[in-house]
Amino acid sequence: MDQFGLLMNGFAVALEPWNIVLMMIGIVLGVVIGVLPGLGGANGVAILLPLTFTLSPVSAIILLSCIYWGALFGGAITSILFNIPGEPWSVATTFDGYPMAQSGRAAEALTAAFTSSFVGAFVAIIMITFVAPLVAGFALRFGPPEFFAVMFLAFASFIGMGTGSPLKTLMATMAGFLLACVGLDSVTGSLRLTFGATELIRGFDFLVAVIGLFGIGEILTSIEEGLAFRGASARIDFSVVRRTWAELPRYWALSLRSSFIGCWMGVTPAGATPASFMSYGVARRMSKPGGTPFGKGRIEGVIAPETAAHAAGVSALLPMLALGVPGSPTAAVLLGGLMMWGLQPGPMLFVEQAEFVWGLIASMYIGNIVGLILVLIAVPWFAAILRVPFAVIAALILVICSIGAYTVNNAWFDVVVMLGFGALGYAMKKLDYPLAPLVLALVLGSRTEQAFRQSMLSSQGDLGVFWSNWLVGTIMTAGVVLLFWPVFSRVRGAIKVQLARRSG
Amino acid sequence: MSRRFSEISTRAAELGLAALFAAVAGLAIADSLRIGAGWSDDGPRSGYFPFWIGLILLLAALWQFASALGMRARDRTFATREELGRVASVFIPAAVHVAVMPVIGLYVASALLVAWFMTRIGDFRITIAALSGIATAVVAFIVFEIWFLVSLPKGPLETWLGY
Repeated sequence: MDQFGLLMNGFAVALEPWNIVLMMIGIVLGVVIGVLPGLGGANGVAILLPLTFTLSPVSAIILLSCIYWGALFGGAITSILFNIPGEPWSVATTFDGYPMAQSGRAAEALTAAFTSSFVGAFVAIIMITFVAPLVAGFALRFGPPEFFAVMFLAFASFIGMGTGSPLKTLMATMAGFLLACVGLDSVTGSLRLTFGATELIRGFDFLVAVIGLFGIGEILTSIEEGLAFRGASARIDFSVVRRTWAELPRYWALSLRSSFIGCWMGVTPAGATPASFMSYGVARRMSKPGGTPFGKGRIEGVIAPETAAHAAGVSALLPMLALGVPGSPTAAVLLGGLMMWGLQPGPMLFVEQAEFVWGLIASMYIGNIVGLILVLIAVPWFAAILRVPFAVIAALILVICSIGAYTVNNAWFDVVVMLGFGALGYAMKKLDYPLAPLVLALVLGSRTEQAFRQSMLSSQGDLGVFWSNWLVGTIMTAGVVLLFWPVFSRVRGAIKVQLARRSG
Repeated sequence: MSRRFSEISTRAAELGLAALFAAVAGLAIADSLRIGAGWSDDGPRSGYFPFWIGLILLLAALWQFASALGMRARDRTFATREELGRVASVFIPAAVHVAVMPVIGLYVASALLVAWFMTRIGDFRITIAALSGIATAVVAFIVFEIWFLVSLPKGPLETWLGY
């Protein structure tokens, strides 16, 4: 069957009434999760993952991916109305969104944010529709060395392209890999890093780690800052929506550019947060002078980060679907879901589980349309969530987190581990250690190790296998260049300084 | 030490976390060497991969530790006494909640946690807090035990009620 037919089949699956209902539940839950500080996309999906076993894989992924879309939409609401970014990727939205709300243009800012989120997502979905099958087809030729090379590239780009300290990123990644090694070694059957503890034979489940690092860690950082919600209230009038929509086509070039930035940053595992900052920065640099300055309530300052964040969030699913290498922590949790539902992630997914893949892709189109309508209508209710006192919200989130951690393996020990990860997440976040590489390494650890071992086995321990043909050689070389990029740029900077000193 | 504890410096926190990572790496290396980190006839042994990962982590953590040593202690604050107090006001009840879970069950523990937070952090009256706690537990019970058929830890109260 050709691709178009497959996509149409996917729509037939996604449009089943039960799946539409799940979509709406997912979006609403997602927006709530996005609005609440302390419950992020990755964490929200992780908590609900164990509850999806009763659903078919397609329905489960539709529910969970819609939570993700909802969280992407929801982050903007609190950024604009309360100057509190519900999600890290909506920090850049506060710069101009909150000033707009303060000067009485909240509805306009929200409409612009939601619409540009939708546009960004849509561009990314179209890209996934056309590019993902090609990448998957290409990746069918991959052997273990190529897979290891792709994983290497993914982690190297975290270290080389990340915004924080490369050393801390490296440490977080390696810690994730080590945690993934704990427990039964599936190849030889021996126990590793358990130190005689029976509870550790199961290993560290990444869901427990995600709930602890992102959920508990987030609550601890929020309470430390002493949260106080003060904000503008908003109702979206349809006339404002119409007026804003009439104005938005003027910014088509900005939207397109931001979408591309988002797609690029989403496919490479840089993620939605840097994408939104970068897009905001580029919009600021390329803007025409005149009018309201950036940071004082300029509509471009809302459009650019929202478009890019949503585009990045959606396109992070491309490498997850086509290669089995997720582009963001939330995509990593969804990938973990695939494995739990008994699907083997990777390029074979497009061949063996065509209905699943195309159902998911079709549901992205519909889910985002449903999401746009829902958030436009229901903003006042969602904003009202923040009037609930923090004491209540924090307690409920703690209870939900411990239920989520318990249900993964029905083990009390996991709840203790979750609390430990919470403390670790708090410390790491305060010291600017990135959490995403740790989670991705924990999810991908065993597959990375397997690919590495199989490659080593075939070459009898010769690392040359990773440069044995042009394909794997190119990927590995790109990875090495990215890995040492911080060193290169530092050396170059030092040389420049020297030259400047000599000439000056 | 008569001086009252007032804050944790960023330097101390950086040193502590780097030391923790180094210790984890050291444990991993030791255990990998115990189970064999080299080659056998059928390829790399179990400890091969964790050994090298642990070695990279150890080197990176030591480097981080060394560069944190170069920081000046008074420059930046990791958390003040007040901030740590607020964190403890959430973390300690959460830890107690987890600790008592195997004894009294998740539902009762959750009701107590909600009630505690509402009276202690959010100035609610004790009756409202208690009712909210009970409501949380009942809703959770209906959703998980009855709808999703997920069995969560239960204590004497549930046994007494016949579950």
